[in-house]
Amino acid sequence: MTLQTSMLAAVLALASSASALAQSGTLKIVSSLPRTGSANAQTGTIVNGIKMAIAEVGGKIDGYQIVYEDWDDASPQRGNWDPTVEAQNANKAVTDPTIVGYIGTFNSGAAKIAMPELNKAGLVMISPANTYSGLTKPGMGEANEPTIYRPSGSINYFRVVPTDDLQGAVAAEHVAGSGAKKVFILHDRELYGKGIADVFQKRSKELGVEVAGFEGIDTKASNYKSLCQKVKFSKADAVFFGGTTQSNGGQVAKDLRSVGFTGMLVVPDGCCEEAFIQAAGASNLEGNTFVTFGGLPPAELTGRGAEFREGYRKMFGTDPEAYAVYGYEAARVLLDAIKRAPTKDRAAILKAVSATKDFDGALGTWSFDANGDTTNRVMSINSVKSGKFVFVRRAGDAPVGGAKPE
Amino acid sequence: MEWVDFFLQQLITGLSNGMIIALIAIGYTMVYGIIELINFAHGDLFMLGAFLALTVLGAFGLGDWSGASAWAAVVIMLIASAGFCGALNWGVDRLAYKPLRNASKLSLLVSAIGASFILVNLGLFWGGLPMDVFAGGVAAAAPKDFPALVPNTNLLGDDSLVQFTPKDVLVWAVTVPLMIGLTWIVTRTRLGKAMRATAQNPVAARLMGIDTDRVIGATFLIGGALGGFASVIYSLYNNTISFQMGYRAGMDAFTAAVLGGIGSMPGAVTGALVIGLVRSMSDAYLETRWTNTIVFGILVLILIFRPSGLLGSRAKEKV
Repeated sequence: MTLQTSMLAAVLALASSASALAQSGTLKIVSSLPRTGSANAQTGTIVNGIKMAIAEVGGKIDGYQIVYEDWDDASPQRGNWDPTVEAQNANKAVTDPTIVGYIGTFNSGAAKIAMPELNKAGLVMISPANTYSGLTKPGMGEANEPTIYRPSGSINYFRVVPTDDLQGAVAAEHVAGSGAKKVFILHDRELYGKGIADVFQKRSKELGVEVAGFEGIDTKASNYKSLCQKVKFSKADAVFFGGTTQSNGGQVAKDLRSVGFTGMLVVPDGCCEEAFIQAAGASNLEGNTFVTFGGLPPAELTGRGAEFREGYRKMFGTDPEAYAVYGYEAARVLLDAIKRAPTKDRAAILKAVSATKDFDGALGTWSFDANGDTTNRVMSINSVKSGKFVFVRRAGDAPVGGAKPE
Repeated sequence: MEWVDFFLQQLITGLSNGMIIALIAIGYTMVYGIIELINFAHGDLFMLGAFLALTVLGAFGLGDWSGASAWAAVVIMLIASAGFCGALNWGVDRLAYKPLRNASKLSLLVSAIGASFILVNLGLFWGGLPMDVFAGGVAAAAPKDFPALVPNTNLLGDDSLVQFTPKDVLVWAVTVPLMIGLTWIVTRTRLGKAMRATAQNPVAARLMGIDTDRVIGATFLIGGALGGFASVIYSLYNNTISFQMGYRAGMDAFTAAVLGGIGSMPGAVTGALVIGLVRSMSDAYLETRWTNTIVFGILVLILIFRPSGLLGSRAKEKV
């Protein structure tokens, strides 16, 4: 250890009372999440999940003390995540040699800033909440993604949440499972919407569902009556719309029903908000409209997930919010890797994380794939009843081969 | 014959959409005819008319609207929005355009763009009001659902593949009499004569004792009122309103006015019907993503071969 780094470590050790313990026997995990502002309701529950995972191993692995620090990447000025603060957090983590894991970020935009910094330092980063596909998947985002986040050429970023684009596949399975033979695909010609629609189309063809049409809409049109009549005359049993409330999903739903289309309509989580119901009119969504969402409500977790829910309730006295289990899972997979790593340094731990296979987690049994994404794709399918979203079923556990899922 | 049904359906949809565009386009073309201003605020004025209609409806309460009460509500909204938009358009002219009457046309245009911004933001604010019709105003920018007062039943019977609904009837039943009435005003009344005179030569009109400011004010009033009628028809036909809807509606109407020959009223209506039909045929037989390209492609072609628009040169008397 050089004089400089040891001095730095000493300063940092003073800053954190917990790490004032035996220096060599301390491994530090930090999380960088927006803890100021409106996101705090969700990030607070993620932090609880992390604390719970550490408490479960007794705060110790192989004689090493596990120290956790909860960092904020938001600033009061923005009331939300702040690029400057996230950059500071990333630099701080890189320069503290006792830090062996970085849990975060909450926002995909923040991840774009932290990823290259941590990548250069070979520090493992696990996100409990980023869903933007371009962070890890080539061809799903901008042309330079994801290589721009990997200056060292190797992968250090992992996530335990299913990405946006997977919803397209789950939606296709739902449509095929309902017995539909012919589907009409619409999208908003944007990165998110077209990306999901592309995946939907590919999966539909694999499942033997005929694609009657694949069209990008004009998101500013006053109505889609002509287009929806085309859908109706195509005799499609189902329609998938890849887009959001902002890209006029409400009007599409409304016009489909107004031209007399009675088949199923499936939309992704970009439409999973109250504003979508308001724009479409609740009565137009009643019954045969489904919304996919990239996760499960905590009440629906089973097996180890149910144990997590009970444990969380015991430890914190409240029910976990939607993202708590992802915080818990991110911390557990990191602790598991620390345990498996032969030496307790950044490189060995990173290697152990990327080797994670058939992990027995609260979200099921899953692995990290070559991009650093979880192979878990458990999602939920929701419908609308009396103007509110209601949970219908769990979906995506395993890819289905044309058979009815579940 | 299914393809015949499909074609007829597109014809109905295209003409209905076209008629709504026509009402807005007349507002553009009237103002252009008389002061040679492209009134960019017109589309946003139309948007505010729709917000007023929804607010009026909300004041009566959001119940189950059916039968006579629904039609009464439609009539009340039409009158309220037409009055509001007419008065507002008159006010915009007084505040934003009248002081610039003798300035360069460019200043007037910039003033119109400014007025447009103000109206858009007014719409954004309006959508955030804590009213039930705006879902409590939680998401000000979100599109608002406009209750379906006019039923969507098929007048040709439930078995027919072609849908012709009371909504389509409403569009025609309101727009056609309005256009006939407007033509009558312009060609048969003293005011109409004064408008045509002012359009042809404002200086000469003044010399003949015409109060041109009053005539211009009346033009804005009438054009705005038509925009108000259009906003209610649009809302009842599409059932969604948003503070951004004025941009596209205004763009379509402006294109229609240019296509038909800006300054000419029959031209604006013809242009609007052409755009409505082309849009729906392109959506139906080609792909939606080509629609804008085709609409503007046709506009470019027509302007190359007939620079004054479809009916521009024939209508010597503007407005």
